Amino acid sequence: MSLLSVTDLHVFYGNIHAIKGISFEVNEGEIVTLIGANGAGKSTTLNTVCGLLHPRSGQVVFNGENVTKNAAHQMAGKGMVLCPEGRRIFQQMTVRENLEMGGFTRAQGDLEGSMQNVFDHFPRLKEREKQIAGTLSGGEQQMLAMGRAMMSRPKLIMLDEPSMGLAPILVEQIFEIIRELHAAGATILLVEQNAQMALSIADRAYVLETGRITMSGEAGDLLQDDAVRKAYLGE
Amino acid sequence: MAQFLEALVNGISLGSLYAIIALGYSMVYGIAKMLNFAHGDVIMVGGFAVFILMVSNGWQPLLAVIAAMFICTVLGMLIERLAYKPLRGAPSLAVLITAIGVSYFLQNAAQLLWGANPKFFTILDYGNLTVHIGDSQFNISIGKLLSVAVSVAIMVGLSLFTGKTRIGKSMRAVSEDRGAAQLMGINVNATIAITFAIGSALAAVAGAMLVGVYGVQLSPTTGAMPGIKAFTAAVFGGIGSIPGAMIGGILIGLIEILVGTFVSTDLKDALTFAVLIVMLVAKPTGLLGKPMREKV
Repeated sequence: MSLLSVTDLHVFYGNIHAIKGISFEVNEGEIVTLIGANGAGKSTTLNTVCGLLHPRSGQVVFNGENVTKNAAHQMAGKGMVLCPEGRRIFQQMTVRENLEMGGFTRAQGDLEGSMQNVFDHFPRLKEREKQIAGTLSGGEQQMLAMGRAMMSRPKLIMLDEPSMGLAPILVEQIFEIIRELHAAGATILLVEQNAQMALSIADRAYVLETGRITMSGEAGDLLQDDAVRKAYLGE
Repeated sequence: MAQFLEALVNGISLGSLYAIIALGYSMVYGIAKMLNFAHGDVIMVGGFAVFILMVSNGWQPLLAVIAAMFICTVLGMLIERLAYKPLRGAPSLAVLITAIGVSYFLQNAAQLLWGANPKFFTILDYGNLTVHIGDSQFNISIGKLLSVAVSVAIMVGLSLFTGKTRIGKSMRAVSEDRGAAQLMGINVNATIAITFAIGSALAAVAGAMLVGVYGVQLSPTTGAMPGIKAFTAAVFGGIGSIPGAMIGGILIGLIEILVGTFVSTDLKDALTFAVLIVMLVAKPTGLLGKPMREKV
C-alpha cells in the first residue's frame, strides 16, 4: 500500500487554475521526485499535500487516512513533514530552539533522542547548537531546516528545493544526506529544479508541466529519456 | 536634586505601568500581526471589575485583582474569537477598523452598565516613604514602588515564559513565520488565543494599578489615553519585541514625568509624541525592532 496517494488534485489561486488534476503516489521507503520548470506547480503540490493550501477537488490519502481537509498543524502529528522552499528556519531563535520547534508534536521526553539523531546526521549543528539560526551560512541553514523536519520522526519527509541557492559542493552534501536518510529508512518526496541530481537519487519521478503530470516512471529511465534530457537537463 | 530624583522615581513607576500595557499591544502585534486598539478598553473593564468586587462587594483587594485578571482573560479571548478570528486573512485595514469598533463597543457598554460618573478606589495604600538628601527631602508612595515591583515581576516572568517554555517558544515561532510554525505542528489559532489571554490579564493588572495606585479616575474612557501612550511605547521600543515594549514603556513614562516636572505639564503629551516622531524618523523600526522582510 502506498504511504501517500494523491488523486485528481485541482488547486486554484483565486481564478488561476494552478494544479489541473494530478495524481501520484509515494510508497513506503521510496524516494520520489517531482521535477519541472519554475511555475509548474511543484511547491503548490507540496503545500497542498501538507495542508497549507486546500484543493478545490481531489483527494490526499496519507497512511490510509483521508487528510484532504486537514489543517497544516495537524499533519506533523500524523507523521508528515514539509521542509519548505527557502528553508524558513526561525531566524531569531537558536539552532537548538529551532530543533525543539521541529519536535513540537513529540513528548518532551522524546526530544533528546530525536535531537541526538539529528546531530548524528549533522554534526555541524551540534557545534552551532546555541547560535542564533539567522547567523548560520546558507548550507548550515538548509541542514537546520532538514534537521528540524526530522525532529518529529516523520514517516514522510517532503523536501522543497533543498539545493536552492547553495554552492555546488553544498548541493552534493545535501544530496548525500538525503541518501543517508533514505538508507536509514525514511520515505522522501523531493521537489527539485536540479533535475539531474534529483533523478540520480530518486527511485521514481514525475514530470510536472504547468499543473499537469506529463511523464512518470523509474527515475533511471527518465534520466535517459530524450525529451526529459532536452527540457530539464539542458541538452 | 530632590525634585529630579522624585520625578525620576515617578517616571520609572508610571513607565513600568505603561510597559505592562505595551506588552499586551506588542505581543498581540507580534503574533497575530494586528493592532488591537481595544486593548486600552480591556484595562478599563479590569478597573471596573476591581471596583465592583472590592468597593461594592467588599472583596479583598488582592482577590478582586485576581478575579479581574480572570474576567479580562475571558473577555480578551472572547473578543479575539468573535471579532478578530473571523477576519484572519482579511486585509489589515479591515481588522484595524474592527478593533476600533470593539473599542467603542466596550466604552459604550461600560457607560450603559456602570454609568459615566467617575469612580475611585485604592489598592496598595501603604503611605509614603520620605527620602532625605542633604537638606532637601522628597516623598515616594510605597504603593507606586510596589507597583514597580509587580511590573518587574511580570516582565521577568514573561521573559522566562517566552524564553524557556514550550508554549512560549512556539509563540515566538508563530511571530516569526506563521506558515513554518504550522508545519511544525503548532496550532496558530490556539497560540493567538493564548496571546490575547496573557495580554488581557496584564491589562487587568494595569487597570487596577492605574486607578488604585495612580489615582486615575475610573470611567468608560479611562483606558483610552493610557492605551495610546502604551501603544506609543510599544512602537517606540519596536513593536513585536517584548524587551522593546518594556524599555519603551519606561522611557515614555520617564519622558512624560520629566517634561511635566521641568518643562510644562501642558506640553508633556505633545513632547512625548514629538520624541516618538523623532525616534521613528531616526529608526523606523523602533529601538529594538527588527526590520520585517517582505516574503514573496
